[in-house]
Amino acid sequence: MSELIRLTAAELAEKIHSREVSAVEVAQAHLDRIAAVDGTVHAFLHVASEAALVSAALVDDGLAAGVAPASPLAGVPLALKDVFTTIDMPTTAGSKILSGWRPPYDATLTTRLRAAGVTILGKTNMDEFAMGSSTEYSAYGPTRNPWATARIPGGSGGGSAAALAAFEAPLAVGTDTGGSVRQPAAMTGTVGVKPTYGGVSRYGLIACASSLDQGGPCARTVGDAALLHEVIAGYDPLDSTSIDEPVPAVVAAARLGASGDLSGVRVGVIRELGGEGYQAGVRSSFDAAVVQLQKLGAEIVEVSCPHFEYGLAAYYLILPSEVSSNLARFDAMRYGLRVGTGASAEEVMAATREAGFGPEVKRRIILGTYALSSGYYDAYYGQAQKVRTLIARDFAAAFTHADVLVSPTAPTTAFPIGDKVDDPLAMYLNDLATIPTNLAGTAALSVPSGLADDGLPVGLQVMAPALGEAVMYRVAAAYEAARDAEDGGPLIHRVPEVPA
Amino acid sequence: MTTPTLVGYDEVLEHFDPVLGLEVHVELSTNTKMFCGCPTEFGAEPNTQVCPTCLGLPGSLPVVNRSAVESAIRIGLALNCSIAPWCRFARKNYFYPDMPKNFQTSQYDEPIAVNGYLDVELDDGSTVRVEIERAHMEEDTGKSLHVGGAAGRIHGAEYSLLDYNRAGVPLIEIVTKMIPGTRERAPEVARAYVTALRDLLRALGVSDVRMDQGSMRCDVNLSLSPRDSGVLGTRTETKNVNSLRSVERAVRYEMTRQAGVLLAGEAVVQETRHFVEEASGTTRPGRRKETAEDYRYFPEPDLMPIAPPVEWVKELRGTLPELPWERRRRISAEWSLTDEELRDLVNAGALDLIEATVAAGAPAGEARSWWVAYLTQQANSRGVTLDALPVTPEQVARVIALVASGELNNKLARQVVDGVLAGEGSPDEVVTGRGLAIVSDDGALVAAVDEALAAQPDIAEKIRSGKVAAAGAIVGAVMKATSGKADAKRVRELVLQRCAPVRG
Repeated sequence: MSELIRLTAAELAEKIHSREVSAVEVAQAHLDRIAAVDGTVHAFLHVASEAALVSAALVDDGLAAGVAPASPLAGVPLALKDVFTTIDMPTTAGSKILSGWRPPYDATLTTRLRAAGVTILGKTNMDEFAMGSSTEYSAYGPTRNPWATARIPGGSGGGSAAALAAFEAPLAVGTDTGGSVRQPAAMTGTVGVKPTYGGVSRYGLIACASSLDQGGPCARTVGDAALLHEVIAGYDPLDSTSIDEPVPAVVAAARLGASGDLSGVRVGVIRELGGEGYQAGVRSSFDAAVVQLQKLGAEIVEVSCPHFEYGLAAYYLILPSEVSSNLARFDAMRYGLRVGTGASAEEVMAATREAGFGPEVKRRIILGTYALSSGYYDAYYGQAQKVRTLIARDFAAAFTHADVLVSPTAPTTAFPIGDKVDDPLAMYLNDLATIPTNLAGTAALSVPSGLADDGLPVGLQVMAPALGEAVMYRVAAAYEAARDAEDGGPLIHRVPEVPA
Repeated sequence: MTTPTLVGYDEVLEHFDPVLGLEVHVELSTNTKMFCGCPTEFGAEPNTQVCPTCLGLPGSLPVVNRSAVESAIRIGLALNCSIAPWCRFARKNYFYPDMPKNFQTSQYDEPIAVNGYLDVELDDGSTVRVEIERAHMEEDTGKSLHVGGAAGRIHGAEYSLLDYNRAGVPLIEIVTKMIPGTRERAPEVARAYVTALRDLLRALGVSDVRMDQGSMRCDVNLSLSPRDSGVLGTRTETKNVNSLRSVERAVRYEMTRQAGVLLAGEAVVQETRHFVEEASGTTRPGRRKETAEDYRYFPEPDLMPIAPPVEWVKELRGTLPELPWERRRRISAEWSLTDEELRDLVNAGALDLIEATVAAGAPAGEARSWWVAYLTQQANSRGVTLDALPVTPEQVARVIALVASGELNNKLARQVVDGVLAGEGSPDEVVTGRGLAIVSDDGALVAAVDEALAAQPDIAEKIRSGKVAAAGAIVGAVMKATSGKADAKRVRELVLQRCAPVRG
């Protein structure tokens, strides 16, 4: 195994840009790794070996000609969640209904990655249309957690997180609608960021729930996530919900944090997210993290967010409502799967949707169709929107007392594949702590906080106000540095070798 | 389907009061679509004006067209509506193959303009105020072409072709409140309203308002109340009413049809009906409303709400052109027309043409006379409307100018216009081509006069002896010799000059 694959993105970039190694060598090392372990992990739905090597070669050519790298990440490989459109690779969103679809356009995020010279290795597995917390709802089979291959890697972005933990890629992109970046990060001992809503363009991101979806960086370190954040974030006139503001200076903030001093930073512990329902090991890991933050000089305050308890219920009305409408376009008329030769367009639409959507997608379409229907709208969708406002107010109030808020990212460590797949409510509870951020449109990330007593990774969630990413990265980087120092190295280096 | 029993029009009115409501969809003539940058031109090759957004491809997102919002606000202002300080788009969810996302981005309970009115003038000069409930923005659907069935209908078709060029073209839907109390004039009020709206939108320059091309489409809602009861009846919505005449016919037909149903003791079915021009203006049933779809409206999460700043609305108010009724008032004052004369001009469709002719430099009186007299005759004999005649106001103005400068007389001027109508080119080209200019070259005329005098020496002598009246015969002869192209006045002067007694 090439040692290149164990390096961070920052280290790889430094070696590539100083021409110590070539981008092609780096890409090839990761492609080799994918070839060796992805049969087991199944992080990728599509590996673009040729395109990756061509892209890497272009970076090398530029450097050889003395041209400055296009970005701090030029030549660094990345795994892209299969929910962003790519003109040169299939894009399925984990669904059979888009099997083989080749988008005629690149997502804005894809365009930014290409412009930055990032090497896109391929597209990663996910729960179908980003609905799920385990990647078991992918139409193409589950992804396995590199820490314990009988277990889930989290979801919906389990493929991106597992690719990082299995050293198949140093960087990845996910999307977070209710925790789909953060919860897999927690399950795999990696870093996952959900930026402020509007911070990263959604143009070309196949929608799950428009008002909640947000693309975000995934990496093995906070610093790498920050580098990727600055590449993918920024205003996009093609996305009307995009924020026309400068991207927070997260790279500088992460560097500042890594120096280890958090004095003057107020860290709020949310009373409602610190109590029951957590696996014992998760709870103790969190408590230790809070102590660690205090040692770094942060002031710990307790805050209350009384409406968070309604978050899950509101989320499971708003999300399915938007899903039921967003997924209406998959009707066999223009692209994707077509089933049946029925006498009418309606029959073909129905047969295709019946065959093309999996059970969780159907469940949510049905829920959302019901919630929006005449006579129920006010009671369901209308009420849920009110809850959403109240949760945003809870956050606003909490952020008057604290610069960031912290909680465990997920209530448990990675559970065994098959454990909750037939119990949707248990599955939904995974996102209890991550959902409020999506409802409020604020920012949050998950950073590894050690292993629980079952030997599996736990994540610490750090939450910040809208566009408050800088302080969030600073706190996470400080915590990461302190924990690595205490552990004698990054947690991710303790991941067992993936069985062939 | 049984043929409905129709009731005579007088009998309808004897028993019922019609209640009208009109929904008009107008395609805006913006350069680009409502939510993407695709062009909106009519008549392009199918599926050549499309992109990920208007095709509803996965991942695509809408961006609101600012000039469409501007048009919507100007329409709202011209219809005396309040412009909402804050409004939103909403998704109207239903499945149909010509709708790429299977939802239409529209406005629901938060439209951009509400509560206005339009004063509509009827043929007899009286005015009816039609209250406007709302005007809202939405996107058009694509077009289905059903192949192999009867008359392009989906029923019985072998297959359908889809053209998404129209998908996403900006639409404004203008909805009236119920229009009660129109009695026997309901059909006329409906037509007059749509006509007035069309003229207004044309004056605003926001749409082509071509009913024949579908850039303006009208749905007619009609119900009958038992006479003087004020109790509302069950309404039908007739779609596909695509000409002004059809609007009138659809209302009349539905009145007689619904009365037939009600007088037979049956109930009117709440449904959508389709106007069938070919079947002498009848309507046929479409979708039943009782099983109507639940559109599951909810606010469009991919777009931000629109909050037009007060200053912007004020600025747009300042861009409103002279509105049709204001213009009519001004013109009748400027041209000293009676109401009746003005109405005749309006009805003849001559107002724009006359005004354009005046704008091209012609005096109002002559411009009016040309269009309402000679050109109206020409249009009638060709069976076309005035504006379809192949002559422009500028050309008419040029002919008038040629007459004023003495280069043409009225008879020749009509021949010049005939030439223009026959496609012989501009007035000046026709003058040259047909050799129609008045002969005012004295040299040529003097020769003709001398020739005529020589041919009739006795008359010449009379003139020379002071019998000036005899000159007419010589003038006539010269005019004949020059095929009427000579300026008779000048000929007469020359005759008298040539016959003047030689003095001293």
